[in-house]
Amino acid sequence: MDTAFFLRWIAAVTERVRADRDHLTDLDRAIGDADHGANLDRGFTAVEEALAGKPPQTPAEVLTTTGNTLIRKVGGASGPLYGTLFRTLGRSVGDVAEVSQEVLAEAFAQALAAVMKLGSAQEGDKTMIDALAPAVQKMRASLEAAAQAAHDGARATTPMRARKGRASYLGERSIGHQDPGATSMALVIDALRAA
Amino acid sequence: MKKLINAVGDVVPDTLRGMAAAHPSLRVDVENRIVLRAAGPTPGKVGLVSGGGSGHEPLHAGFVGYGMLDAACPGEVFTSPVPDQMIEATKAVDGGAGVLHIVKNYTGDVLNFEMAAELCADEGARVVSVLVDDDVAVQDSTYTAGRRGTGATLFVEKMAGALAEQGAPLEAVAAMARTVDDRSRSFGVAFSACTVPAVGKPTFDLGPTEIELGIGIHGEPGRSRGGFREARELVRLAMDAIDADLPFSGDVLVMVNGMGATPLMELYVAYGEVDAYLREKGATATRCLVGNYVTSLDMAGFAITTCLLDAELTSLWDHPVETPGLRWGR
Repeated sequence: MDTAFFLRWIAAVTERVRADRDHLTDLDRAIGDADHGANLDRGFTAVEEALAGKPPQTPAEVLTTTGNTLIRKVGGASGPLYGTLFRTLGRSVGDVAEVSQEVLAEAFAQALAAVMKLGSAQEGDKTMIDALAPAVQKMRASLEAAAQAAHDGARATTPMRARKGRASYLGERSIGHQDPGATSMALVIDALRAA
Repeated sequence: MKKLINAVGDVVPDTLRGMAAAHPSLRVDVENRIVLRAAGPTPGKVGLVSGGGSGHEPLHAGFVGYGMLDAACPGEVFTSPVPDQMIEATKAVDGGAGVLHIVKNYTGDVLNFEMAAELCADEGARVVSVLVDDDVAVQDSTYTAGRRGTGATLFVEKMAGALAEQGAPLEAVAAMARTVDDRSRSFGVAFSACTVPAVGKPTFDLGPTEIELGIGIHGEPGRSRGGFREARELVRLAMDAIDADLPFSGDVLVMVNGMGATPLMELYVAYGEVDAYLREKGATATRCLVGNYVTSLDMAGFAITTCLLDAELTSLWDHPVETPGLRWGR
């Protein structure tokens, strides 16, 4: 997986976020504050501009620029959380021209740990971790398996009671709604499969 | 959606441009989204920075000025600002005595301020952060992100701001901010949902006789849904929730806060009930605010925030203040 692969991935995420913007916002309307789709769209649009403005030379540069831009532009909880995900991926893959699936899987494991630490969230809290953690487990096997695991993980958040983030304020009322963060995370991982 | 705006994407910058035009006491950096005192940092004074999503006006930018904040960082509507804004604001207000970050307990605000504080510390700035978490509707903190920061943010900004103005050191100002938060509690009720401009429709649907109990300040639904009832009962419900958490006694500062679309007339109806409730409990509302101070766009409803006062807190509350949103004694 080379620089072009990672650029295709980020471009696919940007496109998918734009297409699913209203769906993500609707999910957030139910148990949050109705801005998840709009925030991610704004963030990845800024990423698109940043990557076009200064074309990255390595996979790590693609990932780090993406992460830094998200932290600087998105705000909310998803900015720092997604930003940290991509920054950690960038740091972990190292300064190389090609990334093996093995290295990418390890980088995702480190990114998962970093995001969990920043958000102090565990699996089962009804957050993006519920899509990311199962995907990371399958990443060594194949990107398809990882995408499926993320998708299933996001769907499995519906019956959960939120323990982190804004949905947690709803207590029992958060049950019965799919988590917007887990949904966008599944979309991010799925775009990797398609890149 | 009928809103007095130009374009959905320009709501925040247009608001800032309007504030800049209306209040020459402010220096508004529209591009970087920072609101500062026009006079610049006060040498030797602790700087106070707060920020959060837009849509809560006058919080926070309306509380920049003598006796309260030195800077505010407005984010997108209901979305926390980004670390760049907080870093720039922190640098701009540092008068050599360090900077206090006043952070409402919402995951986004906490994460972004945390990153900003770390980066500021890397560059050698002295920054202490204080979390405001006054909302009694959120109870079991192991199952939630903790209590939300709502109306007490204004109390913290006012009283910590007064102490900073009197020349107290950073540690003392931070300790005062924590004391105010410890003594403050809030409970909010919504009669209608608000409409986020970028969304274009109400955040949730409420029937004509339904209300949301235990709301925060981001237009989200509350802890439960209930039936509409008269002001006396609604106030009792909110005050009981506060009293059960931190019993009323002695002198009490009360804010009856409108969420954005509740007439002042009704807020006064509520305040009369609050005053009577406190008398019943043997406490006295010695200071009060009645009006729209910490809002949720065009949501109808109200929130009550109380703070148990002592002589020191009362004198800090009475200390002169001169901001667009709060002004007395000067």
